[in-house]
Amino acid sequence: MTGSHEQLPPWATAVVLPLLNVAAALAVSGVVVWLIGESPLEVVSLLLWGAFGWGEGVGYTLFYTTNFIFTGLAFGIAFHAGLFNIGAEGQAYLGGLGVALACLYLDFLPLPILIVVAIAASAAFGAGWAFIPAWLQARRGSHVVITTIMFNFIAASLMVYLLVNVLAPAGSMQPESETFSDHARLPFLHDIAAALGVQIATSPLNLSFVWALICCVGFWVLIWRTRLGYALRTAGINPAAAVYAGMSPGRLTIIAMMLSGALASGMALNEIMGSQHRLILEFTAGYGFVGIAVALMGRSHPAGIVLAALLFGALYQGGAELAFEKPQITRDMVVMIQGLIIFFAGAMEHFFRPQLVRLFSLMPSTSRQEA
Amino acid sequence: MADVVALIALIIDSAIRLSVPLLFACLAGLYSERSSIFDIGLEGKMLGAAFAAGAIAAITGSAWMGLLAAIAASSALALLHGFACITHRGNQIVSGVAINIIAAGLTAQLGASWFSQGGQTPSLPNTARFLPLEWPGAEALAGVPLIGAVYSELLSGHNILVYLAAATVPLTWWVLYRTRFGLRLRAVGENPAAVDTAGISVTWLRYRAVICCGVLCGFAGAYLSIAQSASFIKDMTAGKGFIALAALIFAKWRPVQALGACFLFGLLDAVAIRLQGVAFPLIGDVPVQFVQAVPYILTVVLLAGFVGRAIPPKAGGVPYVKER
Repeated sequence: MTGSHEQLPPWATAVVLPLLNVAAALAVSGVVVWLIGESPLEVVSLLLWGAFGWGEGVGYTLFYTTNFIFTGLAFGIAFHAGLFNIGAEGQAYLGGLGVALACLYLDFLPLPILIVVAIAASAAFGAGWAFIPAWLQARRGSHVVITTIMFNFIAASLMVYLLVNVLAPAGSMQPESETFSDHARLPFLHDIAAALGVQIATSPLNLSFVWALICCVGFWVLIWRTRLGYALRTAGINPAAAVYAGMSPGRLTIIAMMLSGALASGMALNEIMGSQHRLILEFTAGYGFVGIAVALMGRSHPAGIVLAALLFGALYQGGAELAFEKPQITRDMVVMIQGLIIFFAGAMEHFFRPQLVRLFSLMPSTSRQEA
Repeated sequence: MADVVALIALIIDSAIRLSVPLLFACLAGLYSERSSIFDIGLEGKMLGAAFAAGAIAAITGSAWMGLLAAIAASSALALLHGFACITHRGNQIVSGVAINIIAAGLTAQLGASWFSQGGQTPSLPNTARFLPLEWPGAEALAGVPLIGAVYSELLSGHNILVYLAAATVPLTWWVLYRTRFGLRLRAVGENPAAVDTAGISVTWLRYRAVICCGVLCGFAGAYLSIAQSASFIKDMTAGKGFIALAALIFAKWRPVQALGACFLFGLLDAVAIRLQGVAFPLIGDVPVQFVQAVPYILTVVLLAGFVGRAIPPKAGGVPYVKER
């Protein structure tokens, strides 16, 4: 199986395999849909219509896509450095605290400055939460996979405590912060478009989407065009070579994890400052975990991550519409489909490789003879 | 004085009840991780098992059929994990995450469409559950100070799965340290190449470990839905699989210590429930969220080597590739 990596053209590994994996996941989902007595074809058409068939749907799809881009980039950047950050959930949660603090207590600032401050605050909180597991791995040798899981739960407890006891307004029984004032919110894209004289459907899609795309470009530049990115990739592929070249893997571990936490908290910016306008419980809702699949499917490349994020965003929005149309199907169906895609695209990545290799070995052999 | 004894007995009693699912899941993880298959999918397997037990017990009216279904469902998920990680050498962490998410979605969806109670399974009659077993003379001894508390409150009056969980600890110890399978299991987690050289199939050994894991997670899930409560509730594992994982690390992958760690975490849970809003001298009101986070914090501290050191099996997480 080891030799088979060379036998596939890169585009087949990058495009055909992920598509086959998604197809397999959807096929299994189709069986479950059929088992509960619905027609898979009808479900697919409802899903697609819900996600792309109408203006508002497209807006929601892109809104969810924004979350997935951030968590995908977060997992991807750590993955380049050979690290498995499954703590995006907790890091984004803490990032939300940073955003909320900025929006609640610094709302006297003019909006453009407040946006910068909020981005910085969320990134600082997310990166700070990632720093502890990173430092523990770099200096004490405890593995980030386990510690970041633990930190997700610690973050959840911490946030419940803060929301119930500290941030909830006096006299309120709701575990959520006060609503931000009107001028401490990210502008919706439909408002911006209206100001420019273009009419687009109302949706929670906001300026964070643009920030997510900027982050994608930044990700690409950092990883493939800077000295730091080169060092991160070296440490990821061969830590021994990195040491030999004079790089410090411990330092790179900490940098990669902090960047990862900062990117993950972009999700909080979108949800908290962009849409909810208050800090709420469990707004991370599993986006951090799905980010793993987004990054793996997108081969940790920003372009791939955006496409994979769009797939999951469409699934999320389409699933909401589907649950609305079909009482037999709940939103849990989408959770299951996400799980199946993670399974096929992440854990069974090379499931179809042998078959594909055989297919390709049949095809190009003729062209080689011609050449 | 009698009040204090009664209160302590009550807290320990509820700690026992709360630590049973942790213990099953923790020992399940032990088999898997000792064979080098990391398993963060304990949570998902428990959830799948809890649903299968609740659903089948409701349909057949038999707790034992429910238990069998739980073991079958959990083992199926375990084999899925094994298929991805052992046969296809996939990433064990990703596979575990996927299994947790699949189980969360699938159980809630199937529950909603089969029973139409918002993801819950129908409430079970007592005949379809594992009921507390009264030991002989428990009633008569209940009034005796101390002995009554220990015998009637702590030893007697649990359901059969609680006693099974307790029995699984020495059984696992014996399997791990006194049988050929156990020796090979420990070896394959440390140095699979040596096991392979001895002519033993690494793949088959790891599959057996994963099956052991599935069976024990089945018990854990069944305990939740048809012994402790009387139906499956959406997301009823609520992180117990991860607490079990923390306990496994805390116990440094050893069975007897796993019992201690699970009981400690169960006790913390029991204390957190009972002490809600109670102010302590000197420290004042301890937030319940802090007590809930203690297992995770302790595990991180231990992993970091500040107190002792937890070293996982050497070959953990690494798929085995036979040399050609």
